[in-house]
Amino acid sequence: MIDFHLDARSGLSPYLQLVQQVQQALRLGLLSAGDQLPTVKEVVARLAINPNTVLKAYRELEHQGLVSPRPGVGTFVTRTLTDDSLAAHESLRAELVAWLSRAQRAGLDADSIEALFMTTFRKATEVTP
Amino acid sequence: MTPVLRTDALGKRYGRRQALTDVTLSVPAGRVVGLVGPNGAGKSTLLNLASGMIAPTTGTIEVLGSRPAANPAQLARVGFVAQDTPVYPGLSVGDHLRLGARLNPGWDDGLAQQRVSQVGLDPTQKAGRLSGGQRAQLALTLAAAKRPQLMIFDEPVAALDPLARRAFLQSLMEFVAELEVSVLLSSHLLGDLERVCDHLIVLAASRTQLAGDVEDLLAAHYRLVAARGDLDPPPPGIEVIQATHTARQTTLIVRDTTGTLPDRLPAAEHLDLEEMVLAYLGRAAEPAGTANAVQPLEVSR
Repeated sequence: MIDFHLDARSGLSPYLQLVQQVQQALRLGLLSAGDQLPTVKEVVARLAINPNTVLKAYRELEHQGLVSPRPGVGTFVTRTLTDDSLAAHESLRAELVAWLSRAQRAGLDADSIEALFMTTFRKATEVTP
Repeated sequence: MTPVLRTDALGKRYGRRQALTDVTLSVPAGRVVGLVGPNGAGKSTLLNLASGMIAPTTGTIEVLGSRPAANPAQLARVGFVAQDTPVYPGLSVGDHLRLGARLNPGWDDGLAQQRVSQVGLDPTQKAGRLSGGQRAQLALTLAAAKRPQLMIFDEPVAALDPLARRAFLQSLMEFVAELEVSVLLSSHLLGDLERVCDHLIVLAASRTQLAGDVEDLLAAHYRLVAARGDLDPPPPGIEVIQATHTARQTTLIVRDTTGTLPDRLPAAEHLDLEEMVLAYLGRAAEPAGTANAVQPLEVSR
């Protein structure tokens, strides 16, 4: 089971934040086929948000073919977004952590690191679309 | 489906003071409606009219298809919690539930008992000794346990600390998920409303400034930023809600009436609920006649 959170300053509507958090969990392998999403009432009770927002997010995920509702039971994951690349995550994460500490030692603050990463990331994904 | 609230040219006057002017609204069932506006805008007046505590001076109002408080059946369909969530200080929590059971034909005692224990209220505690958050939870429980089709709250969270406010809204949203009840609540805390409301009514200076489903409203409002003069005159098919200028730059908050603005102006940005509401409240606060779509008002920053 995953836990949702809302970031008021993200600029994204609450419904999109819920959709993205499920997609993210599927990508990272935190959720896999057969897993149940929290019920609407559980999400509502935890986040103090409108039930229609949760329903809308779940409908969108259903539309994307990622989950399917079982009436009276709940909403279940039907497929994951992970592929064979998941196995490579751990070593990549370790390299990234090492890179981050090198950047910190070189005197970059959090904002500079983020800016450097994002500009490099954009440039790199531009040339190899 | 019958609208939860429908008004036509609704007005209310207290002596010389016009508290509500020409309010025409239709709110579909199943919504959580946020009523926002500055103090004195007419929010409480509208809620008191909807609950039948007061009668209109002009125009008509229907709640769930009937005149508010028209008969006992109509009273049973609406749960109203007035400002500051009043309870009887001398009665215990348990007394309140017994009173609720005696006074309400549709009373759901299981729901009331379960909710009281879930939020940790002691049934023997005198209501006068409850904290603000506990009192709000008790008032909410009483309103919900009568199993109404519409619950009305006047500033339910204004006096609560952030933790109690969150707890109250959590309980309220649980009831909405569980009981399929419509909710009409006033608040000036826009951040809370963005989470819980899917329909919005903005009142200012006794009139409706904006009303509709939040999603539709947000989809139709944009911020346009351009070099000074580039947006003069503004593109056709938009209503300028607010215009601010610096020496070099113009920022417009606009409502797109055509649905084609993003195609015509790709740089148009969407607003969040708070920015949108503030633009309307800002416009309503301007002296009459100065806010005008053709000649945007000059505001220096």
